[in-house]
Amino acid sequence: MNILTKWLRAYLPALSVDDHKLAEDLTLRGIAVDGTYDLGPGNGSLLEMDITTNRVDAMNHYGVAREAATIYGLPLPALDFPLPAVKPASAAYPVKIEAEDACGRFTARILRDINVADTRDWFPGAEVDTYFKLLEQKKISNAVDASNFAWLAMGQPTHTFDLDKIEGGIIVRRARKGEKLKTLDGIERTLDPEDLVVADHVKPLALAGVMGGWDSMITPATKNVLVEAAWFDPVAVRRTARRHGLHTDASHRFERGADFNAAPVASAIVSSILLASGGHIEGELVDVRVPAIEARTAARKPVSLALSEVHRHLGTTIDKEGITASTVETVLTALGCKLTPAGDAAWNVSLPSWRLDVEREIDLIEEIARVYGYNRFANTLPAFAGGVRALPFAAAELAARDTFRAAGFHEAIASTFCSAAEAALTAPQPAQSVPLGNPLSEEAGFLRPSLIPGMLAMIGGNLHRDIADVRLFELGTVFSGTTEKVEERPALAFAAAGALPQQSALHAARAVDFYDLKGVVEQLLARFQVRSVYFDRFQPGDGIAPAWLHPYRSARIVADGLTVGWFGQLHPAEAAARKLKDTVLLGEVYIDRLYKLSLSKPAARELSRFQLVRRDFSLVLDESLAWEKIDQALDALHLPELVDWRAREVFRDPKRTAHEYSLLLGVTFQAADRTLRDDELQRFQAQVVEAVGKAGARLRS
Amino acid sequence: MTTDSIPTLSSFDDDSLGKAFAALEQQASAAASQLSGPEAVEAFRLAWLGRKQGRLNEVSSRWLKAAPPEAKKSLGQRFNAFKAHVESLLDAAAGAGPSDAALAAEAIDITLPGTRRLTGAEHPITKTLNEIVSVFAALGYSVGVGPEVETDFYNFESMNFPPGHPARDTQDTLVVAGQERRPQRDRLLMRTHTSPVQMRTMEQQPPPVRIVIPGKVHRNDAQDATHSPIFHQVEGLCVDTNITFSDLKGTLDHAMKALFGSSVKTRFFPSFFPFTEPSADVQISCIFCGGKGCRKCKQSGWIELLGCGMVDPAVFAFAAEKQPAYDPKKVSGFAFGMGVERIAMMKYGISEIGQFYAGDMRFLGQFA
Repeated sequence: MNILTKWLRAYLPALSVDDHKLAEDLTLRGIAVDGTYDLGPGNGSLLEMDITTNRVDAMNHYGVAREAATIYGLPLPALDFPLPAVKPASAAYPVKIEAEDACGRFTARILRDINVADTRDWFPGAEVDTYFKLLEQKKISNAVDASNFAWLAMGQPTHTFDLDKIEGGIIVRRARKGEKLKTLDGIERTLDPEDLVVADHVKPLALAGVMGGWDSMITPATKNVLVEAAWFDPVAVRRTARRHGLHTDASHRFERGADFNAAPVASAIVSSILLASGGHIEGELVDVRVPAIEARTAARKPVSLALSEVHRHLGTTIDKEGITASTVETVLTALGCKLTPAGDAAWNVSLPSWRLDVEREIDLIEEIARVYGYNRFANTLPAFAGGVRALPFAAAELAARDTFRAAGFHEAIASTFCSAAEAALTAPQPAQSVPLGNPLSEEAGFLRPSLIPGMLAMIGGNLHRDIADVRLFELGTVFSGTTEKVEERPALAFAAAGALPQQSALHAARAVDFYDLKGVVEQLLARFQVRSVYFDRFQPGDGIAPAWLHPYRSARIVADGLTVGWFGQLHPAEAAARKLKDTVLLGEVYIDRLYKLSLSKPAARELSRFQLVRRDFSLVLDESLAWEKIDQALDALHLPELVDWRAREVFRDPKRTAHEYSLLLGVTFQAADRTLRDDELQRFQAQVVEAVGKAGARLRS
Repeated sequence: MTTDSIPTLSSFDDDSLGKAFAALEQQASAAASQLSGPEAVEAFRLAWLGRKQGRLNEVSSRWLKAAPPEAKKSLGQRFNAFKAHVESLLDAAAGAGPSDAALAAEAIDITLPGTRRLTGAEHPITKTLNEIVSVFAALGYSVGVGPEVETDFYNFESMNFPPGHPARDTQDTLVVAGQERRPQRDRLLMRTHTSPVQMRTMEQQPPPVRIVIPGKVHRNDAQDATHSPIFHQVEGLCVDTNITFSDLKGTLDHAMKALFGSSVKTRFFPSFFPFTEPSADVQISCIFCGGKGCRKCKQSGWIELLGCGMVDPAVFAFAAEKQPAYDPKKVSGFAFGMGVERIAMMKYGISEIGQFYAGDMRFLGQFA
């Protein structure tokens, strides 16, 4: 909304500050001026306003003038638009409010023999042409422009009807089912029984408080008019406007609460402008009010206010004197309140009809703080004696982040949403994904049941930009359940493609592989107190493994008997569908299950001071024999001196034998309390050979 | 060694002896400097100090015995000094390990780039969130979290956005499908702010409360360079007896100085939020130009950073339904909220909000 300082100063002749100072002072009082534009000599400035939705009363020139008058302590004259003498009517024009819950006041004034003419500066106080030019407001005709002028001047919507199109009189009522109304925008609308309409005795004329009707609009042929200025209920107007997809100046104001007492003033502005080009008033202003609505708007009960409450909420001011009883009285009176003393430094405050946003003591306290100036309050710190509690999973979350960052994975944050197809592909439990009612796009139609869709999008984004080496992880929320009840869990996803970071010019780059990811998973699990960890794989088609993983190059992660995640190579079909040529490795950890575990606590043990002995065994194994079997066989020895064993080399030579492979097993023996003797070592080695032999491996001869 | 045997001395005067021993010292030093490996060191020892063929033995038998009695004392002293020299050469050679030549053969190009272990980067949003949270932790604030899918009650109604109120229009909301038949307050939606955690916290614990609430929020907004339908907020809530507007000012002034430097100034403007009264917008003096005016602050010298206010009594009334201690006549409080993306963009000079959610390795790598 724009404000002309030229117009504003017409209401405040005593205003002495320049436009820039005015703009700054208004802004500091919450009537925000976003921009000040000089309009040339004698024209003042145009202020581009950014007024918060609660202050509809200030979204017009008189409203801003009232704020300026309060800031500078200036008198603000009432708006005065004198009307010519009335020609008596045979009877008052019939106006009836049927919908008394939704229309609080309806004023109607009959003007006869008017001339529909072009707009000009009609008389002092109605410089419509000058102001509209400066505002770049389109001129239409004196009838329409008079309404717009009243709106811009003091924020009360009005409407003029062609009186000769009205049959019988005015009734404000709810629409009847199936009734039709062509509105001013030329659209024929079918009305809803909840729509509030201004009707005559036969048909609806206008959507009350939203938009006038086509058939009763002012045309060049119009001679007689009815000027409407009314008060409509915010919720009724909002519902009607919403239902018809309309948002007009009038609906904007009514939705936020109009001034119950403004109707006669607005009616006088519109009428006086119209009459400036001829015509006369017939009969007195018809003014129908609903007492129940008046009682909760213009005639609200006074609110009690105590200075002690002002101080309790606002605290210390920089100025020693601070906020006094006199500050309270000056500020609130200037804003239109009437204060009646009620004891020592306490008042009963009558509220202005145009400030429906002010209704409680705290609202008055805000007004006092606002006008006093927020920046005149001191900066104090409240005393505090409590402790700071960490979130129960904070340490575990940090451990997970540290593990992946230390392994060279960047943290990423992806979209919370995914497509229906992605949800179906990645949901850990089938048919447990939740659609949105008004998604941002079709691709974002579901709450993500898994972090994998986002991971794939980000991996693809990198690879498609020729960034070949990717390592990302995300810690985020995943969603399951139904639209009735949505479950949220934290999850951790990770993905890698391309080469491990090339460490220097002298070290060749190596492609990231399954075991790199497995290593990070193992490191992650090592941060928690887990008794057992194993990895396993399922047959394709049994529906247990996620469909996005390569069935033979992926693993389930099991900790203490509980599935805590999956990882491996992206299924080639998925990769092809996403046009990913490079091998992508990725996984997801149900990290909420790890959060239930304690973090592992380091505990030092005695270090052996005795010599260790390393031995290598060259084994030949059947292709079907997994390392796990060897591992388990050695573990089952429960030999305290066997302190370490590992696969040192795995070698396959399909030319020599297709069904066997070689494994170099490295073992370490060490005792805590002695140097091992040769005979002991001989015995231990024999035990190792026997164990791996039972598992199915044989020593290479 | 045998080829250059010990010369016979023709004269035993001081000058001749000096020259003869100097020549020997040079020989020994030259031989010692070539030594590499323990075998060479042993050969050197045998060549010079060996009991039978050692050169010192030879010097002794050739020079000392042949010397006239008057020269014997001087020669003996020189001999002992030379022997000590050879022994010291031997000690040095035995301790020194490989020779310089051997070491030179192992030379490397030290100008090649170093081997860097690539560490993963903290996401700039996580980094900024953590910074903000730790500033408030130092002021006694614990962390609170809540669900991203909220009910209408927690997101709007209990935050004093009544049903049908125009203030709801300011936060375009993404809603979960199929809510139309449910009572308004039970309808599920993507939270539009982290404020619902204020209510969830107050329902769980009586005052005093000091929490900061970091989290992801969503709005049905079009994406542009500075707006995203997905973003993050940190919200704070402080409730106790006698919490005042000046406490709110002091707390945020302190926090902004902690986050952006002690020279930063704050400025408060009246604003409107349904859940606070009075409400304020806070600006900080531009961290780029120090308040003089630049492109970043649109020449104003100020940057708008957060919204705040005193907790509206209507919000306390909702909390009091479960925790009667939230009696607005007895307690007061303040709440504040800030957009994390906006702060991160400012701190790190990021121009495109979408970069936060694209997972581009080049972008993220800058924060390692």
